[in-house]
Amino acid sequence: MADPMRIRAQAAGDKATVRVLMSHEMETGQRKDAAGKIVPAWHIQEVTATLNGKPVLSAEWGPSVSKNPFLQFVVKGAKAGDKIAVTWKDNKGDSRTDEATVA
Amino acid sequence: MSLAKLTMQKTLSLALTFALCAGAAAPALAQKTTSQGIDEYRAMLADGNPSELFEAKGEDLWKKARGPKNATLEKCDLGQGPGVVKGVFVTLPRYFADTQRMQDLESRLVTCMETLQGLNGAEIAKTPFGKGEQSNVTALATWIASESKGLKFNLPQAHTQEKTFYEVGKRLFYQRGGTHDFACASCHGEEGKRIRLQDLPVLSQNPGDGVGFAAWPAYRVSNGQMWSMQLRLNDCYRQQRFPYPGFGSNATIALSTYLGVNAKGSVSVAPALKR
Repeated sequence: MADPMRIRAQAAGDKATVRVLMSHEMETGQRKDAAGKIVPAWHIQEVTATLNGKPVLSAEWGPSVSKNPFLQFVVKGAKAGDKIAVTWKDNKGDSRTDEATVA
Repeated sequence: MSLAKLTMQKTLSLALTFALCAGAAAPALAQKTTSQGIDEYRAMLADGNPSELFEAKGEDLWKKARGPKNATLEKCDLGQGPGVVKGVFVTLPRYFADTQRMQDLESRLVTCMETLQGLNGAEIAKTPFGKGEQSNVTALATWIASESKGLKFNLPQAHTQEKTFYEVGKRLFYQRGGTHDFACASCHGEEGKRIRLQDLPVLSQNPGDGVGFAAWPAYRVSNGQMWSMQLRLNDCYRQQRFPYPGFGSNATIALSTYLGVNAKGSVSVAPALKR
């Protein structure tokens, strides 16, 4: 299974800033290995975020996103104590969900 | 000349100066120096330093029972007593009485993995960086370094070996060789030097807070790798066209001792973020 994400969510006023660090190789499928064979693409395709179970963000990602990607977004109406959950799915069908509490 | 006339002349020349400044300022703003540009880029990335992922991995590894002996590393003595992690990073390398040798963080971790967990230390030392157990050593070192973030370097220099290694490290720092007749000092012995776009700190003296020895382990954005001090030194030698030094060899530990003692009083920012 994939390594955990690091999620931090900080409330300020009626918004919360969420910072997510994901652990993923994000292989583009364009590189060749030492033997000259193409390294197969392996990257996150879908990212979703929920606030107390309600979807607040969904994104489609491709091979241009960096290795170990960092995502930051602002959620309106999130208060301290709310739960933010982030899920990614990659093109190999692997997925990972992590949750954080808004501080 | 009347006073009024003089004042007017002054105002006029001042106005002219301002106009000239304004004209000069616009292109100056557009053309930042390269190092300013890099600093800005680093600041943008600093908030999401992926080294945090390695810290988390390292902390898990420390507390997880592994190896043939199925033990954790929580009894590992990094110099301040078994299990003490906070503050140890800024006191390494140092002399360890049990192994009767000078050890840096990584070689000490390998000793613990061998004695506590029953893993093969020689095998780990031979493993290339970033592979197998070697990547675990780097993750562990990253977490342990992060537990000393903001503390000042203060390597012990009481034991004879510690003094000897400092002296040996100094000589290695100035030793020229290889096809390019390079020494560490060729790049790190003078102010204002850089390699490609990277400013090179002067390491024969104290380079200041969070520079040089006080910045590694670090995450390298360009290749997405976590680099430990052992790998940093290994790559310095590669760039000098020296043969690769052995992992945890006396030479690398002597150099680390020299750099660490020179950095006395400087604040550690490791794990840092590099280009």
